[in-house]
Amino acid sequence: MSREAAGEAEVVSRSAGQGGWLAVPRHAALLFATFLVLAPLAFAILTSLKTLNNYGLDKLGFPDPVFWGNFPTALRGGRFFLWFLNSAILSFGSVFLSTAVAALGAYAFARMEFPGRGALLAVISSLMIVPPVVMLIPLFILLTRTGLNNTYWGAILVYAGLVTPFSVYMLTNFFKTIPFEIIESAVMDGASSFDILRKMLLPLSAPALITMVVVNTLWVWNDLLVALVLLNKDSLRTLMVGITVFGSRYNSDVPVAMAGMLMASMPMVLLYLFGQRYFIRGMVAGAVKG
Amino acid sequence: MLRTARLTPWLYLAPMLLVLIFTFGYPLVAIFDFSLRRIRGISGPFIGLENYRQVIKDDVFHEAVVHNGILLLAVPIMTFIALILAVLLFDRPRGWQAYRSLLYVPFILATPVVGVIFSNMLQLNGVVNEGLRSIGLDVLALDWIGSPRLALWTIMGVVIWREVGFGIVLFLARLMSINEDLLDAARVDGASWWQRLWHVIVPQTKSVIEFFIVVSIITMLAWVFAYVYVITHGGPGTATMVMELYIYNFAFRMSQLPGIASAVAVILFLVTLAFMVPLFRLRSASEMEEMS
Repeated sequence: MSREAAGEAEVVSRSAGQGGWLAVPRHAALLFATFLVLAPLAFAILTSLKTLNNYGLDKLGFPDPVFWGNFPTALRGGRFFLWFLNSAILSFGSVFLSTAVAALGAYAFARMEFPGRGALLAVISSLMIVPPVVMLIPLFILLTRTGLNNTYWGAILVYAGLVTPFSVYMLTNFFKTIPFEIIESAVMDGASSFDILRKMLLPLSAPALITMVVVNTLWVWNDLLVALVLLNKDSLRTLMVGITVFGSRYNSDVPVAMAGMLMASMPMVLLYLFGQRYFIRGMVAGAVKG
Repeated sequence: MLRTARLTPWLYLAPMLLVLIFTFGYPLVAIFDFSLRRIRGISGPFIGLENYRQVIKDDVFHEAVVHNGILLLAVPIMTFIALILAVLLFDRPRGWQAYRSLLYVPFILATPVVGVIFSNMLQLNGVVNEGLRSIGLDVLALDWIGSPRLALWTIMGVVIWREVGFGIVLFLARLMSINEDLLDAARVDGASWWQRLWHVIVPQTKSVIEFFIVVSIITMLAWVFAYVYVITHGGPGTATMVMELYIYNFAFRMSQLPGIASAVAVILFLVTLAFMVPLFRLRSASEMEEMS
C-alpha cells in the first residue's frame, strides 16, 4: 500500500519528465479498454431497470422510466436465496476443511525433515493444473457408491480436495518465510509442535491465510461443472447452476435475466470492493488457478 | 527445522493426504482403468483399447480437438493486449489504480454470469447488432451465436474479455518490481519509449509472460467448459463442441457412456501433463526474478 501511495506522489514529476506526447494516446487506449470492460456491465445494469416493452423499443438507451419491477420478478422466478445458501454452505465448508488440512500439511513441509519431502511437495503443487473434468467421472462413481452423491458432504469433500494443492503450495511458501528465531524460544520453553503451529505460525500468517481463503472461495463459488454433476437435485443447486438455468429460462425476457445476473454477482463484487488487494495479491500468488 | 520424532511429520500430513487421495489420487488412477472398460452404471467388462478406437474414429471428437486448437489463437492475442495495457499502466499515469481495479472486474465475475450477459447482448436482435445498425454498419450485424461459422469466435472473444484482466495484474506486479535504475540508464542513453519496451521491459518480464502463456494454453484446452455450456451448449450443431463438453455429454448426458468419456479424459490429462513441466520450470524462474 505504502509503495502505491509513494507511486501516486511520484506521478506528477515522472510523467512530466516523460514527454507529454505519450499521455494522450496512453489515456485513449486505457479509456477504450476500460470502456470495453464496462460496456457489458453497463448494459446489464441499464437493461435491468427497463420494462420489457421499453427494452424492446430501445436497447441502447437509458431506462425510461426507471423500472424496479424486474428484481422482484427475478426473485420469484428463481430460488436465489436457496441457491445462495447452497453456494455459501459449500464454499464455507470446503474452504474451512481445505485450510485446516493444508495448514497441518504445509507445516510439515515447511518446518520438518522427512524422506521424500521435496518430491511430495512437487507432486502436490503440480495437481493445481489438472482440470477437474479429468477426475469427474471416477468421483461421480465413487460418491454414488458411498452414498455421498447429491449431498453437501460429498461436494464439500471434493471441492476441498480440488483447492487443497493451491492451499498447501501457498502456505508452505509462506511458512518458510517466517524466521526460525521467532519460534526458537518457544521450542526452548518446551512448547509442543502443534502449539507452535497454532499459537505462532498461524497468527503470523494471517495475510497469507486471508488471500488463500479469498482465492479458494472465489473458485468454489464460481464453479459450474462440479456442481452440475455432483449436485443434480433442485434443492441442492448452487448459485452458478441456478443462474445458468435461470438465464435460459428468461432468454426472451432480457431485463429479468439481467436483474438476476446482477443479484447473483452482488456478493463477489462487494467482497472485491472491500478486499481488493487480497484478490489481486491472491491471483498473482496462485497464478495457476485462473 | 524442528526436531521431531520420525512419525510426527506424517501425522501432520495424514489429513491432507487423505483428502488428496480421495479427490486426485484415486480418480487419476481409476480414470485409466475406466477408459479400458465398457462401463454401464458403475462398472463393466474390460475391452482393451476399444474406447480409444471409438473416440479416434468419431468426427465429433475431431471437431472438439480442432475447436480447442482454434481457441489457442486467443493466447497470443490475450498476452499482447495484457502486456500493452500493463506497460501503459506501469509508470503510474494518473488514475492507474482505478484503471487496474476496473480492468480486473471481469475476472471477478463468474463465468456463467458473463456468459448469460454476453449471450443476450449478442443475439441476432441484441444490443450489439442494434448498435451496429444504428451507426450504419448493418454489414457487421451478424448472427454471433446462431451462426456455426461465428459461434466459436464469439466464445473466444468472451474468454479474452474475461481473462485479460488477470494477465494485466500479473504483468503489472512484475513490471513494478523492475529495477528503476535499468530504465533510468536506458533513458539517459537516449533509448526511445519503444526501445525501452523491447530491450529492457520485455526481457525483464520474460518468465512471467511465458508463465501466463502456459497457463492460458491450459485454460484454452481444459478450462472453457462454463463458457461453452452457458453461451452455446456446444452448438449450433457441434460448432462449439470442445473436449470438456464432449466428456460431460458422454458421461452425464444423453449417451451415458463413461468409458468413452474416460478415454477422452485420459487424453486431456496427458495433454495438460505435457505442459506441467515447463510451467513449474517457469514458475521457479519467475520467483528467482522476483527475489533478485
